[in-house]
Amino acid sequence: MKKGWLLWLPLAVFGLFFGIVAYGLINPAERTIDSKLIGKPLPQFALPAAAPGIAGLSQADLAEGGEPRLLNIFASWCLPCIAEAPVLEGLAGQGVQIDAIAIRDKPEDVAAFLKRHGNPYKRIGSDVDSRVQLALGSSGVPETFVIDGKGIIRYQHIGDIRPEHVPVILDQLRKAR
Amino acid sequence: MIAEAGLAALWLAFALAALQFVLVLLGMTGNRGELLGAVRPVAVVQGLFVCAAFALLIWLFLRSDMSVKLVAMNSHSAKPFIYKFAGAWGNHEGSMLLWVAVLALAGAGVALFERRLERPTLMATLGAQAFIALGFYAFLLFASNPFARLSPAAAEGQGLNPLLQDPGLAFHPPTLYFGYVGLSIAFSFAVGALITRDVGPAFARAMRPWVLIAWVFLTIGITAGSYWAYYELGWGGWWFWDPVENASLMPWLAATALLHSVTVLATRDGLRAWTVMLAVVAFSMSMVGTFLVRSGVLTSVHAFAVDPTRGSFILALLAIYIGGAMALYGLRVGTVKEGSQFDPVSREGALVANNLLLSVILCLVFLGTLYPLITEALGFKVSVGPPYFNLVTGPIALILVAIMGAGPLLKWRRDELKPLVNRLALPVLISAIALFALVAFAPRAHILPLLGLVVAAGVAAASVAPLWKRNLRRTPGFVWGMVIAHLGIAVSMVGMAAESSFTKETLVAARLGESETVGPFTVRFDKIEPIAGPNWTALEATLTVVRGDGKPFVLKPQARMFSSPPTETNEAAIATRIDGQLYTVLGKEDEQGRWQLRLWWKPWVTLIWLGGGMIALGGLLSLVGRVRRERRAHDRKAYA
Repeated sequence: MKKGWLLWLPLAVFGLFFGIVAYGLINPAERTIDSKLIGKPLPQFALPAAAPGIAGLSQADLAEGGEPRLLNIFASWCLPCIAEAPVLEGLAGQGVQIDAIAIRDKPEDVAAFLKRHGNPYKRIGSDVDSRVQLALGSSGVPETFVIDGKGIIRYQHIGDIRPEHVPVILDQLRKAR
Repeated sequence: MIAEAGLAALWLAFALAALQFVLVLLGMTGNRGELLGAVRPVAVVQGLFVCAAFALLIWLFLRSDMSVKLVAMNSHSAKPFIYKFAGAWGNHEGSMLLWVAVLALAGAGVALFERRLERPTLMATLGAQAFIALGFYAFLLFASNPFARLSPAAAEGQGLNPLLQDPGLAFHPPTLYFGYVGLSIAFSFAVGALITRDVGPAFARAMRPWVLIAWVFLTIGITAGSYWAYYELGWGGWWFWDPVENASLMPWLAATALLHSVTVLATRDGLRAWTVMLAVVAFSMSMVGTFLVRSGVLTSVHAFAVDPTRGSFILALLAIYIGGAMALYGLRVGTVKEGSQFDPVSREGALVANNLLLSVILCLVFLGTLYPLITEALGFKVSVGPPYFNLVTGPIALILVAIMGAGPLLKWRRDELKPLVNRLALPVLISAIALFALVAFAPRAHILPLLGLVVAAGVAAASVAPLWKRNLRRTPGFVWGMVIAHLGIAVSMVGMAAESSFTKETLVAARLGESETVGPFTVRFDKIEPIAGPNWTALEATLTVVRGDGKPFVLKPQARMFSSPPTETNEAAIATRIDGQLYTVLGKEDEQGRWQLRLWWKPWVTLIWLGGGMIALGGLLSLVGRVRRERRAHDRKAYA
């Protein structure tokens, strides 16, 4: 028979799809992975402003003031980011300072995103080629880091922050004090 | 009573599908051949019962019967008539019923009208169609009953998602479903042909019209959906690479490839195994899309009420149908004889290239759509957005379109390169002129849209070349169809490229009386006033717009507040001109009493949907041309 294995390739691809999807259905809760950067200082960076009227972001800004804060990695084109926007607003409302890095984004899109979904951020740096994102050990959007008052990464949350994650985030911020 | 009658009709259809399947099974395996005579009538009656169930559901919505859970959850007595009507499918259960109704209707259509397919293959096809229907009836009856009662009845309904309260809802889901559920016929044909090992030109000719019908509906559905999202969401974009959009695009890509490979099979008896595979893949993509949307495994603007048991149910159906069909393929296709051979430089060669590139795009879109799931399986949740999709699909689509321009100018079986070069000289020249013009007048355009315009110009010329030196009145419908559909692709591409590189955007906080400019327009913000609709209130801005020395006209974008459920939407006001659209959106008021206004001038954006319409029209002409030609051939045979 000619190229017998090729005939079974479609079934194999479907099997792979089935496996991934079944896993996604059975395990909706994400696990947390500890980044290698936890306990390390932030890498050097200085990003320009991502939206008109809001300051850009450098690692020095994050070490300023001595208070722990959140660093949120987001993008206007990312759907989970829309889902977490109200939660971030809630955190900002409780007095948590949040800075952000917008990934592969355009100023007008970021401005539109903030207009539509609210702006919990103090500063937003624009990382057009994901360079800083990679240096931070972040591989996707959205992600959120807890940075302590000295500019050291204390905690990494991968994926959107849902209401049920808020206590953990607040706890981590308290611990970083 | 109406709800109970609807449920009864659904159960009867379920029983008839089971009967249809058993009749085929017994008729084809044992020596009970006489049973097969009942298969066609059963398929037709099954279709009638599902349609009855669907009609009864619509009736429940029109009467606003709040004792039915689905109506109470998704409708409201104060809703305008058209949204009560279309609201029947603006929710999970109702749209699944529509889905199944289309599936059964497609089967009934084959039972009534298919006369050319060999009888055993036809019977196997109807058996497969009934087997698919069985699973989805079970899904409706056991996991998504649209007729469930609410006790005690609700005093008032909770209303329909305001984003769906648009005439688009009446039109877009039904056409889309006719398209992608209609592809079930191709799937069942492929399964039927694998069972009887009857894959050849006759099979391809029988399958082609069914694929064409589904493809035309799918094209219309996607085009209409894109325009709907464009004006209703108020984001100014026309394609968002949302999982649900991808769920309709993936079957379209597979069906487009199938449409071309089935022609190779019908004309030249080539690509046998590949065509069968595509027929299976096309509807598999429809089912996968349905799963992705309904199970809630992906985040989407279209997400329905999410329920993990539904997800598992559909996933089990996917395993049975897609897994089953692909296993059958693995077992049987090796015994399907190899079709005839051809030269790489030939019409077939170009069609193979078309198929490969479409498949690559399909794979990339599939991967991008599933990417969040893959990464989640690895422990985190990430989504890739338009930057990924545009970057990976854009260049391949460009090559594909360029080949599309050359393909119809090639001869079947084998051709020489030199005459092809001659035939392509004029289109290439036109592309070159377009390139110089663009570099001279729009030097800052991005590379991909720029190349898009350049390629589209040449391909538009190449698309009409098959009509060259032909008697236009005697040119068969399917040639016209091909020319118009290919031209539609070029037209649509011009729209996409122009929109992405020449759009002008102005985002301002304006006070009453102030004027802003966007592109060639001057927009004066005259007044803002509250107005009320049947189930909403709104703030409406009056914008007076002038273009150059032209006559002023008025646009009235609104920010609407719906009461049930409480939601705000932006109703964009759009002025369509021959060379593009002015798109205006009213935002919020700031502390200083200024209003947020978003103004876009989108040159030639309408070509995107005009092109989509031409593609569908091309498909329709091709269908009519094929059917008429075959009827004529049939008559000639009858006289001889």
